[in-house]
Amino acid sequence: METLDQIKARAEAANPGARLEIIPNGSPSGQHSILVDNQHAAAVAKFLRDDPLLQFDYASNVAGVDWPDTVLKKVVKVKQVVEGVERELDQTVEEKKPGYLEAVYHLYSMQLRHGPLILRLRTADRAERNHLPSLTSVWRGAEFQEREAFDLYGIVFDGHPDLRRILMWDEFKDYPMRRDYVEPDDYEYEPTAHDDVLEKARKHAESAV
Amino acid sequence: MDEGLKSELSKQGVFTTTFEQVYNWGRKNSIWPLNFGLACCAIEMIAAAMARWDLARFGAEVFRPSPRQADLMIVAGTVTKKMAPQVVRLYNQMPEPKYVIAMGACAISGGPFKQGYNVLKGIDRYIPVDVHIPGCPPRPEALLHAFMTLQRKIDEQALTGEQRPPFLVAEAPSEFPVPKCGAHDLEPPNNPAVWQPPGLVKAD
Repeated sequence: METLDQIKARAEAANPGARLEIIPNGSPSGQHSILVDNQHAAAVAKFLRDDPLLQFDYASNVAGVDWPDTVLKKVVKVKQVVEGVERELDQTVEEKKPGYLEAVYHLYSMQLRHGPLILRLRTADRAERNHLPSLTSVWRGAEFQEREAFDLYGIVFDGHPDLRRILMWDEFKDYPMRRDYVEPDDYEYEPTAHDDVLEKARKHAESAV
Repeated sequence: MDEGLKSELSKQGVFTTTFEQVYNWGRKNSIWPLNFGLACCAIEMIAAAMARWDLARFGAEVFRPSPRQADLMIVAGTVTKKMAPQVVRLYNQMPEPKYVIAMGACAISGGPFKQGYNVLKGIDRYIPVDVHIPGCPPRPEALLHAFMTLQRKIDEQALTGEQRPPFLVAEAPSEFPVPKCGAHDLEPPNNPAVWQPPGLVKAD
């Protein structure tokens, strides 16, 4: 298989305007991935599938990832005039990083026996602009897995042939795999409560007495 | 009937019995289970019905694919919140007298998936359960033991008097409300007439 840099260069050359970004993975597995912009995602996916050197004909897995909003605290030196003397003071600045949702595609080539290539798509935010292009038209097997990502993460795949909830019931409103999901409070006694469950048990014990 | 007189008569070659005994003997030896399974416990249930464990010894080998012909519902496996309304509906469609065995950790409490967002914490929240079997999954022997427990329960049911079982009480409910799929959870999350959350006792 070509390196990610080679793939990125050729995909960008074949699809004018497409912006690909290599997301490095610092863990021992070193599975770096390619982030594609949403506008050209379908064209790039088609290129990856049909290019004779790549032939990624099999999307083995589609995963959803939730990246919540984060607040970074930075210490910045600020010059201030205090009692007529200019001094440098430390000031903490809170930087808000908006969260986003990701769909991660693991691609393999059955024909050339190589892979995986990890393809990422990223939404603009976690609330309204949670749309991504569907790649079901490129890899038919992605259909149910995109439905699952829609069901559990709330990623809306535009162009999906049948985007309904797949595991939860249709009337369900929440997205249970998101990190800010609050489950219904129906705690009942457990003999070996620990961690979050213990916390819940304490709250219920306080309200019961 | 007086036990002493009964044994005296049997020594003389006179067999005496009561209608209740014959009736319950017939019922307990022909419990027809409903043919359905929800998860891996169902595989153990199938094994229990096959030759090695041979559920036919208890007269219960006739798994009925229709709830209208079934006496016993074996809830074998994880009951997801999406599946719970269908399980309750199947129970409602069974004719009286009907019995329920909750088989395995999931069916009795939610089991390893208790904290899951999609799993019902025990089918006894919606329908009355006669026998609970723990285990993950319970071995076929455990299911046989549950059958024997249920048979003993049926055998001991008095057909008249205050202690008679619910199916002989006209006012007792035979059907239970089917929960609705709500926006966040099943509505209601349990049937208070059947199940109440266990009370918390503060330790000190």
